[in-house]
Amino acid sequence: MTTRINTKFAALKAEGRPGFVSYIMSGDPDYDTSLEILRGLPDAGADVIELGMCFTDPMADGVAIQLAAQRALAGGQTLPKTLELVQEFRKQDSETPLILMGYYNPIYIYGVDAFLAAAKAAGVDGLIVVDLPPEEDDELCIPANKAGMNFIRLATPTTDEARLPAVLQNTSGFVYYVSITGITGAGSAQQDAVAAAVGRLKAFTDLPIAVGFGITTPEQVAEIGSVADAAVVGSAIVRQIEANLDEHGRAKPGLVDAVLDFTRTLSQGVR
Amino acid sequence: MSTPNSYMTGPDERGLFGTFGGRFVAETLMPLILDLEREWGEAKPDPAFWEEFNMLAKDYVGRPSPLYFAERLTEELGGAKIYFKRDELNHTGAHKINNCLGQILLARRMGKTRIIAETGAGQHGVATATVCALFGLPCTVYMGATDVERQAPNVFRMRLLNAEIKPVTSGSGTLKDAMNEALRDWVTNVEDTFYIIGTAAGPHPYPAMVRDFQSVIGKEAKAQMLEREGRLPDSLVACIGGGSNALGLFHPFLDDKDVRIIGVEAGGHGLEGDEHAASLTGGKPGVLHGNRTYLLQDEDGQIIEGHSISAGLDYPGIGPEHSWLRDIGRVEYVHAKDTEALEAFQLCCRTEGIIPALEPSHALAHLTKIAPDLPKNHIMIMNMCGRGDKDIFTVAQHLGFDMASVIGETTQ
Repeated sequence: MTTRINTKFAALKAEGRPGFVSYIMSGDPDYDTSLEILRGLPDAGADVIELGMCFTDPMADGVAIQLAAQRALAGGQTLPKTLELVQEFRKQDSETPLILMGYYNPIYIYGVDAFLAAAKAAGVDGLIVVDLPPEEDDELCIPANKAGMNFIRLATPTTDEARLPAVLQNTSGFVYYVSITGITGAGSAQQDAVAAAVGRLKAFTDLPIAVGFGITTPEQVAEIGSVADAAVVGSAIVRQIEANLDEHGRAKPGLVDAVLDFTRTLSQGVR
Repeated sequence: MSTPNSYMTGPDERGLFGTFGGRFVAETLMPLILDLEREWGEAKPDPAFWEEFNMLAKDYVGRPSPLYFAERLTEELGGAKIYFKRDELNHTGAHKINNCLGQILLARRMGKTRIIAETGAGQHGVATATVCALFGLPCTVYMGATDVERQAPNVFRMRLLNAEIKPVTSGSGTLKDAMNEALRDWVTNVEDTFYIIGTAAGPHPYPAMVRDFQSVIGKEAKAQMLEREGRLPDSLVACIGGGSNALGLFHPFLDDKDVRIIGVEAGGHGLEGDEHAASLTGGKPGVLHGNRTYLLQDEDGQIIEGHSISAGLDYPGIGPEHSWLRDIGRVEYVHAKDTEALEAFQLCCRTEGIIPALEPSHALAHLTKIAPDLPKNHIMIMNMCGRGDKDIFTVAQHLGFDMASVIGETTQ
């Protein structure tokens, strides 16, 4: 199978530059605003989009994304509405790869087969599900691959060489290297350590390597981009949403522009 | 579903009890979870490990806890002969210390130098802080900000024991959020940190390991009952939040098929609304905190807060082994409401001179419903898993007793 993710990374390689992956939480701060941001991301330089699926208990996320999930939930966001959002996005964009990222329980409750069919139909290209390690591949990873969707696995500094083959086995699309031991939005990615880790991963796989966690500035995007196939920014973008809310937690005028301008600045790091 | 030859062999090598359990954690934690599984696999058959455990259980915790014939309560109810397994007499006042002792010995064996824990009512936090003080290890306890306010005496106990308490404001600021925050800490500090989980839940091997440490309760009870009555009990009753005290009592009896086993969940204000913590009777299977188990959740798979008068029971999940025991029908699961637990709490104080914790008051409440109709030769063991000192403020409030004004009057 060839997904939009495969096509995009092949195109980036041909272009000779690293990719820029941006994350926002679906439904943050409300459905309409997040749709508007989503629609603007490709023009703001996002080569790949990760769209968060909100969950009450995001145990691998830092404060920024926790709060984003709480805002989305308070606004009534659900998994069906997230799929609806993707469908709306696809009406105008048939090329930008879109990955859903989140936790397993909402998918499990939706029903794995029904979810995969609906996600595929909506135009989802890949999944990142934080609490499904390779030991639980039967749950969603293998069915997702069969349904023609990439299942992108996280590799971390604690993933040693003995474990890497298991982590890579059913991974497709790209490998997401988590640059720190920690939660999203914490710490700061170190170029040297990341370069060494990417080198180690490359010895085991031909898949592109995207690096995320702890990347917040255009300079860091450029640094990480110089040693990996793509740089991922999430919390820093989500914080721009948080910074543009009124005292009731509603979007202030100009929120969408502020978020997209910030994203555009970041994405210059790979161009 | 077919009946297994033994109910005591689980989990399988993937950490599953039937379809429940498993290892649903982030990749960063996975190597650590596998390490822990390996270390536990080596410690479990090692006599030296248990020698140290048993020595401390005896001299420090005060085990074995007595099996006590509750004669006046038995007379009052006029039916089954009721025994209490008195784990409320343990050091720190609850069964929690059994597990903390086991886990800190394992942490030391693994060379870990820092301990973290989550706590709801504070009992597990106090027990963890206690064993950390005993071994001189730094201890950080995550506790929901709401619970910090509700459980001030336990917060102060933990501080006296030199633990650092981190109030958790994320989510709804209760036990499940404290567990999320402890997991975040663990992900960030994988190298030196050991996470002492307080109940028989979480990723494999925690549910089995916690059960094994708590099984000391059931093993003792079995031996004590055989010595006292010359036979096994007819039934066992225990309360269930995450379910570690219940599993501790139940597990050694699972293959004694004539022993009826009953777990009592917190019914809160009743199962007709959302204000309860009965995951098994009011929830459905889902995945949270590293395992698949029954959870309180909405139709989108979002987790719902549990409610109970007892802060130790208001967790929206339950240990995966209980989920399995429910589905295969080996254990009956029922619930008792806040008001019923309060009644039973007072009954126990009045007839036995024992102030029970609100958690086992739920088990007592169910016992008062069924004991009167059982024959006098029916022997029942209830796990008195905690004492009620920590709950007197909550109970006073519910009974309309103004403690502050009384204290004011007597000191003037």
